[in-house]
Amino acid sequence: MTALPKTTDRKLGLVIDLDTCVGCHACVVSCKGWNTENYGAPLADIDAYGADPVGTFLNRVHSYEVTPVEGPAQTIHFPKSCLHCEDAPCVTVCPTGASYKRSEDGIVLVNESACIGCGLCAWACPYGAREMDGAAKVMKKCTLCIDRIYNENLPEIDRTPACVRTCPSGARHFGDFADPESNVSVLTRERGGMDLMPEQGTKPTNKYLPPRNKDALRSADPAAPVLRPVTDEPRGFLGWLDRALSAMPGGND
Amino acid sequence: MHPAPSVIIFTTLSGLGFGLIFWMGLGYPGVTGLTAFIFFTLAYLLAVGGLIASTFHLGHPERALKAFTQWRTSWLSREGWLSVITLILMAVYGAGLVFLATRWNWLGYIGAALSLATVYATSMIYCQLKTVPRWNHWSTPLMFLTFSVAGGALLAGQPRFALPLLAMAGLVQVYVWIDGDGRLNRSGHTIATATGLGRIGKVRAFEPPHTGTNYLMKEMVHVVGRRHASRLRAIALLAGFGAPIVLLTLPFGHIWAAVAILSHLIGVFASRWLFFAEAEHVVGLYYGKRRAA
Ligand code: SF4
Ligand code: SF4
Ligand code: SF4
Repeated sequence: MTALPKTTDRKLGLVIDLDTCVGCHACVVSCKGWNTENYGAPLADIDAYGADPVGTFLNRVHSYEVTPVEGPAQTIHFPKSCLHCEDAPCVTVCPTGASYKRSEDGIVLVNESACIGCGLCAWACPYGAREMDGAAKVMKKCTLCIDRIYNENLPEIDRTPACVRTCPSGARHFGDFADPESNVSVLTRERGGMDLMPEQGTKPTNKYLPPRNKDALRSADPAAPVLRPVTDEPRGFLGWLDRALSAMPGGND
Repeated sequence: MHPAPSVIIFTTLSGLGFGLIFWMGLGYPGVTGLTAFIFFTLAYLLAVGGLIASTFHLGHPERALKAFTQWRTSWLSREGWLSVITLILMAVYGAGLVFLATRWNWLGYIGAALSLATVYATSMIYCQLKTVPRWNHWSTPLMFLTFSVAGGALLAGQPRFALPLLAMAGLVQVYVWIDGDGRLNRSGHTIATATGLGRIGKVRAFEPPHTGTNYLMKEMVHVVGRRHASRLRAIALLAGFGAPIVLLTLPFGHIWAAVAILSHLIGVFASRWLFFAEAEHVVGLYYGKRRAA
């Protein structure tokens, strides 16, 4: 059913820390790997070794340059996957009921065998979180690794999304936002977690932690103390050499 | 947005077809027998042809029947239902006219109303999308409806109605362009709100996620050159409305009527191409592809 649940028992989602993300794209690769080998149609690559390769990804990392009014510009790496919105516009537009939001945990999923590949849900998502697979012609999106988080065949440490598990800088966190004491709720509270494009009214579950304030540089040139001249008035042998050279014709130019 | 031919053909032809069905339902032209048969065949070819074209852009057209299930929430599903109900009802009405030379007035009126509802539902598929500020506006259904009714009157051979309606559709079109051009900026969506980084400073897209393109870029980040767009706007306006209006004021001739219809069709195609190609999806902000700052 493409009617949205009024509320969900749990609100599972991710916190993404823009302060610690180093832009290594490891989450992109592990997401692609896990979701190609497991649940649903594999994520296709078209013309993978040709001149114009294009592929399906559920998670992509952008990089932005932000220039403050004062101080140097910063580079901020910006992973983006489905935000599992509470008011998910991608769900209500779906004509077949293939797109739905689970009432038990809030995960937004696509039932691939009911998807007609009309693409309307991808149009309705402001964040570019849905991609039509180039080979299977069904809509693909982040499943919050539903086949990992509830998977009793995996060791407990692996029952977390592939992207979270793999991130080498600990920039991705998984948890239940409905529980005010969960890791993700605490992080969001303490670090001022924010919504993307809140004016779209989608009420995203995933939150982004803004980069921490950078400390200011004390001197304009950090290398200055090291490069200061050792002495202004050469003495000893150097002084003699300096004077001798200056005495030569044209030496004082 | 990517101006996919299947969707342009679908909205143009079925809009025109349902426009003609609307006028037939109202009893214009008040024909029966073979003439009615010809009119209905034309209307159904357009309406059904458009609907069939729309399935060409589906990844899985063999599952198209599933699209009838979500009418409670989805405009696409509602459009499916409305078009099928209209077509069935008006087939009965048409059979009365063609075979029994009888007009079931009330059936015609209901069918006419349903034709408009179908076109309205089509327009709402686009109008509902907050992600495309240019479409997310009351003028989108108004444009689809005036185009459909004006084109329908032209096809139905009703210059009395077609003349003012074509003029009105042309005006709506001009308004849609002038007002639509500023809607993304007025919507307040910027790269700063998209990334939430605006609080730190000025945001610029530094590196895209991939060196190549992707589905999102192809589907939603279409950019049309300004010169190309203004040329097409001129064609849409002149061919779609200007020329037919002039031709209709000439003394009547079948040739001129046919030329007027053809010209209108070309104009509406151009307009529909622009409707898609010029529509800016907010996801472009993440790719630094929108001028709005
Ligand atoms: S991020 Fe996009 S795809 Fe995911 S729930 Fe929100 S609107 Fe839907
Ligand atoms: S592409 Fe599939 S999931 Fe998306 S709206 Fe169409 S049928 Fe629903
Ligand atoms: S939760 Fe799973 S599917 Fe979603 S972005 Fe992470 S790895 Fe990909």
